[in-house]
Amino acid sequence: MSTDGITTQKVNFKVFRFNADDDYLPYYEDYEMDVTSEEVVLDILNRIKWDHDGSFSYRRSCRHGICGACAIKVNGKSTLACKESMSSMVELFGNELTIEPLSTKRAVKDMIIDKGDFWQKHDAVHPFLISDVDENPEHEHIVTQEEAEDLLDADICIQCGACHYACPVVDINDNFMGPAAFAKAYRFEADVRDQAHKERLTELHSESQGVWDCVKCFECAEVCPKEVNPIDKITKLHQMLFKEGVATSNVATRHAVGFKHSIARNGILDEGGLVLYSEGPAIVKHIPVALKMFRKGKIVPPWAITKSDNLDEIKKLVKSSSTVKF
Amino acid sequence: MGKLKYALFTGCTAKQSTPEQMMSTMAVADKLGIELIELTEASCCGASHLQDYDDFLSLVLNARNIAYAEKHGLTMVTICNTCQLNTAMTKHRLDSNEKLKAQVNEKLAEVGLEYKGTSEITHFLYAIIDDIGLDKIAEMVKTPLSQFNIAPFYGCHNIRPSELQNQTHKTPESAYNPTSLDDLIIACGGKNVDYNEKNKCCGFHVELQAPKTAATLSGNAIAGAMDNNADWMVTPCPLCHLKLDTQTHHASEVIGREVELPVLHMQQMVGLALGCSHEELGLKHHVTKVDFV
Repeated sequence: MSTDGITTQKVNFKVFRFNADDDYLPYYEDYEMDVTSEEVVLDILNRIKWDHDGSFSYRRSCRHGICGACAIKVNGKSTLACKESMSSMVELFGNELTIEPLSTKRAVKDMIIDKGDFWQKHDAVHPFLISDVDENPEHEHIVTQEEAEDLLDADICIQCGACHYACPVVDINDNFMGPAAFAKAYRFEADVRDQAHKERLTELHSESQGVWDCVKCFECAEVCPKEVNPIDKITKLHQMLFKEGVATSNVATRHAVGFKHSIARNGILDEGGLVLYSEGPAIVKHIPVALKMFRKGKIVPPWAITKSDNLDEIKKLVKSSSTVKF
Repeated sequence: MGKLKYALFTGCTAKQSTPEQMMSTMAVADKLGIELIELTEASCCGASHLQDYDDFLSLVLNARNIAYAEKHGLTMVTICNTCQLNTAMTKHRLDSNEKLKAQVNEKLAEVGLEYKGTSEITHFLYAIIDDIGLDKIAEMVKTPLSQFNIAPFYGCHNIRPSELQNQTHKTPESAYNPTSLDDLIIACGGKNVDYNEKNKCCGFHVELQAPKTAATLSGNAIAGAMDNNADWMVTPCPLCHLKLDTQTHHASEVIGREVELPVLHMQQMVGLALGCSHEELGLKHHVTKVDFV
């Protein structure tokens, strides 16, 4: 059906329902609707509430992708309900759509979740400028255009939580601060006026909670409705840890540095050598798996590794292009 | 149409911990009539870890690898998702930043090389889908995999960030609903298995510093495939393969249930369908036994 270029089609919605006060378990309610190509996901939430069930609950406010309140998941894709067009959802997933809160295990009522963990981690990175400001300054604190650009748009995060609840590590490790908190930390780490660099970075270096536990899946970059690209900031924080001298020797830092040594030696990686360099004596814990792999011809001893051709070039470049010492 | 020819960036695992991947790549290329010029000069791409330590060095080394593909005047084909991401990201950064490109080229000039930006970089999965085509592959199938439910495991670094990834191949791929590997399974005559974890992370990159996280992720992936009646899994990434194939014992321990499925490289799956021998495909190099053939 088409009127003035607007098309309409039938869509079946499976909508997550749960009321923590009354329900023992969540359930899914089915709604069939005619959806127009002009509608966004938030329109559907409104129609469920207005036309079907007044008790249906969700957060929304600005309707302009600024407040970050209406982030939910459609077929597992985190999105801002007010920005995501229904036609793109149907194009991507077809006519059967499942609408869920950002985190079903944190659901309070329908789409509304308890975002307490998000804010707790957000606060833990000291998300504000720490600076000894002269109360009676004689001149302005000018931040140049270039210095402002170094923030790499980390300051436009709207704290919607889409990346936080799309992060597979947040899902399984309660300590992990998560991509939104890291992007926020970067926003201040990259600010020339901030004086808490090392203190904040030390928190971010901590095992289990910090940046080294990022699995590099790029879910956060993919999902961000404001294109903040949190993993890019996580990479920058890794680099800052080394540059600012905060990084201490642990299995994660030795792993990153080990690549350089391995490449300088062979061009291609000496996989076993890298694990040894990273783990040190703790390598013994890998012996059972290593034996299984050895029996299947999956381990090449260091002396039998085929080195890259023109290795002298690689050695020269590693020497001349290295910019960090550890 | 002349013979398809690519510059092959093997990555490191194909030369060490996944020899079966190298063998099956060459066997399948032969069957499909593809000529692969191996970039034997290439170094490790840094595997998304070197850049955490020294970004500039990582750029220079990746640019050097690409420069060798450019010397051949060929598209660079990768057979590892992480090699693909690191190399494509390097290309994107250098092609969009003249100043950075000049800095990198200043270093490459010391060894008589130059990064120009003339070679495309694509994963073998997309190369065969784009340049040979699923229909043609289906026509060439000698042993359809019709008795198998096959679970595709895409691996993060081939599908995310989709904006970058979709510049590297013609067939558009959604990070939320990827289809390329499913389509390839169907082209090989198999039945593709849909499950939640197919586009999720295997945990490989934190295996050393966060083994429990890594084992949970890979365990959940195998469990998801098993719960949806998969007979085996298939992946385009050797790092995912290592995680899913060699570490099921730890994954089972951590997630509290026995998980184990044979995992094939995508090249091995295509090879089986095209009639390559088990020896050619290196099926004996798997830790989790490939017991269905």
